[in-house]
Amino acid sequence: MKSARLLVIGWFFQLKMLSRSSFNGILGILYPLFFATVAFLMYRAGSPNALLYASLGASVMGVWSAVSTSAGSAMQRERWQGTLELLVSAPAHFSLVMLPVTVAMSTIGLYSMAATLLWGWLLFGIDLHVAHPLLFCVSIVVTVVSIGVTGFLMAVAFVRYRTAWALGNLFEYPVWLVAGFLVPISLFPGWVRPISWLLAPTWGMNAIRESALGGTPLPDVGLCAAIGVGCLVLGIAVTGTVLRSARARATLALT
Amino acid sequence: MTSARVFLIGGVMSFRALFNWLSPWIYVPTMLVSPVFQILLFAYIGRAARVQSDKFYVIGNALQYTAIPCVFAMSHTIAGERFQQTLGYILVTPARRIPLFVGRSLPVVVNGALTSAFALALGGAILGIHVPVSALAPLALTIVLCAASCTGLGLLSAAIGFLVRETATLNNIVFGVLLIFCGVNVSLDDLPGWMSTLAQGLPLTHGIEAARKLADGASLSYVAGLIGAEALVGLLYGLAGYALLRALELQSRVHATLERA
Repeated sequence: MKSARLLVIGWFFQLKMLSRSSFNGILGILYPLFFATVAFLMYRAGSPNALLYASLGASVMGVWSAVSTSAGSAMQRERWQGTLELLVSAPAHFSLVMLPVTVAMSTIGLYSMAATLLWGWLLFGIDLHVAHPLLFCVSIVVTVVSIGVTGFLMAVAFVRYRTAWALGNLFEYPVWLVAGFLVPISLFPGWVRPISWLLAPTWGMNAIRESALGGTPLPDVGLCAAIGVGCLVLGIAVTGTVLRSARARATLALT
Repeated sequence: MTSARVFLIGGVMSFRALFNWLSPWIYVPTMLVSPVFQILLFAYIGRAARVQSDKFYVIGNALQYTAIPCVFAMSHTIAGERFQQTLGYILVTPARRIPLFVGRSLPVVVNGALTSAFALALGGAILGIHVPVSALAPLALTIVLCAASCTGLGLLSAAIGFLVRETATLNNIVFGVLLIFCGVNVSLDDLPGWMSTLAQGLPLTHGIEAARKLADGASLSYVAGLIGAEALVGLLYGLAGYALLRALELQSRVHATLERA
């Protein structure tokens, strides 16, 4: 019960803090919109029938963008602020502290998702008729949480990289590309597809598209959730290793 | 002589001191790898949407990526000094302002051009585009000009840095505007009329068009008009940026607002 309370309150406070940051808030909405606009213009010029496909994909791009750069350096940010030691020495497991941070980041991406769908509708006339509204909502929630958990894994895995934001930033375009947000995975060379299958956003994207367009999203939802759980377990294991190493070498506060 | 030292040595020193992205841990992912993935992203969207050739996206995105090193690095000249609380010391020196600020732009132009050239070479190799050997030298000139005109825009962004705190947010918005308007991934003919008209006054638009024509085999004299237009646009942004820098510097002295933001 205490853990659930910590997760929910941590998520809520992080969400409030992120909402007031122009970099994570305003830019988090605007930046994916720039790319979405270009994608809409490209699809309108070449394949106008695929605009709805592009609109759904572009909307999830914002969720990933909200996480990739910021989550990479989430743990380091605590270090720079001098709060890392306090959080590590707290009685709660450190994962329970970090997880709400990255899930709040992906939740901020929902603003971008809504803005992109609205942008597509207002400026490009892309109507979104959701075939399975309930499954659509479930798909979005599972995708957002899974992307947040992926961010948690990145946050703890990149902690030894001093400029982790640059490494997180590096993953923005590749995941946009191989998760099939704007390009069908079938267009890529064969060796890229297994990489796509290992990413939670790939299945989350599929689930959102299937539920919106009238397919069968549940298998994709299940795979997205399963990969999210895998990232969580891996992240907890990495956290333990990193903290043990930092304690043994007295390097927790080093930047 | 002093002005020449401020221009050359001061420019290089401030670039090395303030642009902390020169660390290989930042430089490699941000300046060398990211532009290639931007090229791949749009080339594959282009294939999916069946609009333009790979060459169109390789050239457009490689040149547009100069906006990242040029605009960000130039705005760091103000924001970085202020963050380190050295802006006041810089501005009370008797150094002439033109060599002081313009000198800082020279390494930025060189870095922007190298970033763009690397992205063009690697992105082109991955996607297998062919550029005539005779086009390489004119293409290099165009890349340098695009980097210079983006640096002019960066000077304007640096001046706005006197007024706003979040220069990183501002620079990302500038990057996005250039991405949409300058014919990087959507040809100017496919953009709405007001957007293609506005694009004529932005850096990169003419340079990218010239580079595409050069890569298709046009001669330098054939694209001289476009290259001249790119140079003119960059010069105008540079002048506007310098004028705004001076005006806001004076204002910050009068109102004691140098460290306000």
